[in-house]
Amino acid sequence: MINIKNIKKSYGDITAVDDITIHVRKGQLFGLIGPDGAGKTSLFRMLTSLLIPDEGSAVIMGYDTVKDYRKVRNILGYMPERFSLYMDLSVEENLNFFATVFNTTIEENYHLIKDIYKVLEPFKDRRAGDLSGGMKQKLALCCALIHKPEVLLLDEPTTGVDPVSRKEFWEMLKSLQTKGFTTFVSTPFLDDAELCDEVALIQDGKILDMDSPQNIAKKYPHKLWSISASNNYKLLRAIGNYEKKKSAFAFGNSVHLATANEVEIEEIQNYLKSIIDYDFEIKPIEPNIEDAFMELMKEE
Amino acid sequence: MKTFFAFVNKEFKHIFRDRRTLIILFGMPIVLVVLFGFAITTEINNAKIQVVDLANDVYSTKLINKIKASGYFSVKEDTKNINDIERIFQDGKVKLAVVIPQSFSKDLINTNYAQIQIITDATDPNTSNIITSYLSAVFKQFEMEEGYTLSTNLEINTRMKYNPLNKSVYMFVPGVMTIILMLVSAMMTSITVAREKELGTMEILLVSPLKPSIIILGKIVPYLVLSLINAMTILLLGLFVFDMPMLGSYLLLFTEIFIFVLASLILGLLISTVSNSQQTAMLLSLMGLMLPTILLSGFIFPISSMPKILQYTSDIIPAKWFIIIIKSVMLKGVGITYIWKETLILIGIAIFLLVLTIKKFKVRLE
Repeated sequence: MINIKNIKKSYGDITAVDDITIHVRKGQLFGLIGPDGAGKTSLFRMLTSLLIPDEGSAVIMGYDTVKDYRKVRNILGYMPERFSLYMDLSVEENLNFFATVFNTTIEENYHLIKDIYKVLEPFKDRRAGDLSGGMKQKLALCCALIHKPEVLLLDEPTTGVDPVSRKEFWEMLKSLQTKGFTTFVSTPFLDDAELCDEVALIQDGKILDMDSPQNIAKKYPHKLWSISASNNYKLLRAIGNYEKKKSAFAFGNSVHLATANEVEIEEIQNYLKSIIDYDFEIKPIEPNIEDAFMELMKEE
Repeated sequence: MKTFFAFVNKEFKHIFRDRRTLIILFGMPIVLVVLFGFAITTEINNAKIQVVDLANDVYSTKLINKIKASGYFSVKEDTKNINDIERIFQDGKVKLAVVIPQSFSKDLINTNYAQIQIITDATDPNTSNIITSYLSAVFKQFEMEEGYTLSTNLEINTRMKYNPLNKSVYMFVPGVMTIILMLVSAMMTSITVAREKELGTMEILLVSPLKPSIIILGKIVPYLVLSLINAMTILLLGLFVFDMPMLGSYLLLFTEIFIFVLASLILGLLISTVSNSQQTAMLLSLMGLMLPTILLSGFIFPISSMPKILQYTSDIIPAKWFIIIIKSVMLKGVGITYIWKETLILIGIAIFLLVLTIKKFKVRLE
């Protein structure tokens, strides 16, 4: 469906996208995960034919994004990084405008957006500028969907949105997947990654790893422990001096400690008891994609 | 076609929902015309002058009455002493004094010839010159009616053709119309396109089946309509508030306005292709268009008295040709046969700008 091959883009001395190859299959929900400035937006703009790659190519449904850019623009549903709606038009007027621009009507494709739009419908006469962040994002998704695109390209759709709306948004993407949409989405949030069929981890314009989230987690090379105590900060400092430590991160209410595989639980317990004077709890855990990504970033 | 109308509809909504744009669009023309028409004028009304009548006879009284009846002057006659004039000038209210000599009537009857002295306060030469020329016209009239020759120490102006009353508003209405049309057309369009870029909506418009030509036309049409409405407002103000004559054909006038507006709109789009923010667009239009339009179009400063290099520069300014055209149509009442050259130049500029804009319009972000 989407074939990105050895694509490169630099701005002056800065290489934004460095030799990236990605293949997205039909019906897949593909996530591009990486921190700010990793090159996600540049890659999206090349996919949407807004930027011309320096090297390599991107082909969407057989259409080259440079040569056949007109055809490409017909089959895309694109949501740029910012809420690119007309703030002085109402919800309904925005939707109507984008439907007409793509030679269709709201009625014709209402079934595609029904689930999302029904939340917005009570506010359909409100101006887009007066909507909350989550609402704006839903409207932007409706506008990108209204012409029944073959491919959805969503550039950081959940940035600047509260956690509840973010979760809702991913549920919507999941349900769109059941309707047959191919979705290519970027996000800086690692916990979003678990919901994708396949993810590519990107940093400094390079792909660190690309696989299903489960497989990426499985590739994690160390033994992982979750330790929780009443004072995480002190705990983290105590662990910081542990000689058998591979890495240690604060992770929500606990600390994730990575050690070599031969380390046993008693060993860590004994070490910690010798240093701290309060209760703690330690248990072995399965690594998730966040642990894997942190590890990959560290290797870089 | 449906897409096109949807686009134009959207543009109109942007305009009508933004109160500031609306005020600029429709308030500015009225304010500017009234300002230029009433406040900044070079004609005089009730100018204070001092008459020192040393003769005090039939003809001098006749002459003074003539001056009073003209309506331009407010005449003071409170002294018979020439030496008072200095003091009066120092008060600063009176800019000009007329001295009628003792032998005025006698000279006129005996020799058909009499002299009058005009003394002006040259600290404000502009006003003095204007008052003097108005006064000379009154003397001329007196000579014709009475059949005598008056001599002042000034030459008498010839009748001013096409603007016999020397009304400055006749010069300002075409000038203001030109500036407003330029401003509304070029600045507003460049700002709306830049705004779409700034807000990121341009990204979506580009990644859609919309053709660039639809985007360009969709931006032009609403502002074309508004500019024509503005032109009409200014014209009506000129005709009914300032009694401007309209001697030529309305069809011709509106055709010319249409061409000029189109050229300005395209200029605005051209500016927007090189500016990525509303601020840049506004600055570029103000500095790049407004100043040359005001300074080099012949609206305020006569082109013929500029250095050669500026004279040539003024040739590429559409406003110069447009001002020539509307003055010719409104004040001289000429037909297309007299202004075809200027019209062709305007059309030429418009086509040149259009080609340049289409070439520069980016279907991508870089």
